[in-house]
Amino acid sequence: MNKKQVITSRRTFITGLTSAGGLLLAGCSKTLPPTYGNVLRMGDVLTYKARRLLLPAQSLAKEYTHREISSIVAIGTTDPADPRQSAFNAANGATYDRLRSGGFSDWRLSIEGRVARTGSYSLADLKRFPSRTQITKHTCEEGWSAIAEWTGVPLRTVLEAAGILSTARFVNFYPFDDAPDGIDMLDALHPQTILAYGMNGRDLPVPHGAPVRVRVETQMGYKSVKYLQRIVVADEFDDLGKFGNLQNGWSWYAGI
Amino acid sequence: MAEGLLTGTIGDQACSPVVETQAALAGAGRLGSRELSRTGHTRWIRICHWIIAVSVLTLAFSGFFILMAHPRLYWGAVGNDLTPALLELPISRNYRHGGWQPSIPFFADAASPVSAVRTYDILNENSWGRSLHFLAAWFLVVTTAVYVLSGIFTGHARRDLVPGASELRPRLFWQDLVGHLRLHIQPTAGGPPYGLLQKCAYFGVVFVALPLMIFTGLALSPAIAAAYPILRDVFGETQSLRTIHFFSFVVLILFLVVHVLMVIMSGFKRQLRAMTFGN
Repeated sequence: MNKKQVITSRRTFITGLTSAGGLLLAGCSKTLPPTYGNVLRMGDVLTYKARRLLLPAQSLAKEYTHREISSIVAIGTTDPADPRQSAFNAANGATYDRLRSGGFSDWRLSIEGRVARTGSYSLADLKRFPSRTQITKHTCEEGWSAIAEWTGVPLRTVLEAAGILSTARFVNFYPFDDAPDGIDMLDALHPQTILAYGMNGRDLPVPHGAPVRVRVETQMGYKSVKYLQRIVVADEFDDLGKFGNLQNGWSWYAGI
Repeated sequence: MAEGLLTGTIGDQACSPVVETQAALAGAGRLGSRELSRTGHTRWIRICHWIIAVSVLTLAFSGFFILMAHPRLYWGAVGNDLTPALLELPISRNYRHGGWQPSIPFFADAASPVSAVRTYDILNENSWGRSLHFLAAWFLVVTTAVYVLSGIFTGHARRDLVPGASELRPRLFWQDLVGHLRLHIQPTAGGPPYGLLQKCAYFGVVFVALPLMIFTGLALSPAIAAAYPILRDVFGETQSLRTIHFFSFVVLILFLVVHVLMVIMSGFKRQLRAMTFGN
């Protein structure tokens, strides 16, 4: 690094060009999803980078009226304790079964990784934070959509309570089933990204992710991870291993 | 590029029924004999044509797989298996699969929205299907933008694609239509001037169907919809967008079939050579 470096508009422009060039070399940096040399993943990274370069970061998704709440299907894992479900995890499933029979009073959400104060929150702890209720549209990659009312605590509030370290860039969600996923810090701090414990005025039902799921309103439904157990804040991109979306052939970024 | 400016070559060429000779001569009359001899397609048009062709085929292929995951179309913001469909397509095992647990209402009233758990293992190839679709869409969006803007600024669109005021007569449409239906397709050298229906078809694809496809596709993105609510105001909500996107696809496929048929009937090898290597 040049000690006398001065940020000029020209230099900013060149930096921009360099980072645009970085699109083509995606995978060399841990600040972007890896491509594994797969041309489809390169396209995904291009789409993700274009979204971050071209669109405002925090535009709000449309919110609807109570009258517009629609019927909604429950897909994917609909019961983490059911061994027949494809993302079933035996150990977590047994834990989930026990927590559910106690009305989730013993459930705790652990916040780990690059935060100043790692710790865990009970359902009552989360409900003590100021809540946000939003009536939004869930858009599934399959092609269907539905409108529901979601109540919860903004993820931003919880992360700030834990103290986000300045180097943190990603937030990963580990649920009770084997379907972890993550989002970048811009989406994590989005005002409509909430940890939802209520749906349509009641406790979140089990098929929709009880006791707590994340809602990411600017991406496809599969990013709104259900059955949260742990949240891990990270400096670098993590593909979350063999259960992560990437290694199963899915795009990590799902804003389209 | 100068060549393009002089001869006004155009996107695509294919057919010219016999009844079109009048219009063809009228078009040729505006060009000097030197320019007339330089028929064919300019390089940028040939490149755009083939990139768009490959992109559209890839998009159609991946789009069909995406549609198979949920072969139901709706109107409005909302649509899923628990709401009525506008159209159900029997194109995969997901068609009316019926694998649902009993519905549970959210509210006490009789009209309450409901929820139901799916028990059926649907066909879903969207992992690669969606990524391939968006990769091909990048090529389509960029190339269509280049083509449309170049077409406008080189005068190529006005000269070769937009039907002239004197051509827009019911009698001429009728004549051209009858000529096509009787398959009176003359061998052509490739390139403009084009017949009346040919102009309308190319204009419709370039300035209506492809842009509609692109904008409804973009507006389907939750991120883009949040950033630009105007797309929702102009084109409608998610399920309307998806339905318009599908019918635009149908129109483009119909165009593609007729286009290829006309290319074959007007001299397949020569036409292919003209669109690939110029003349």
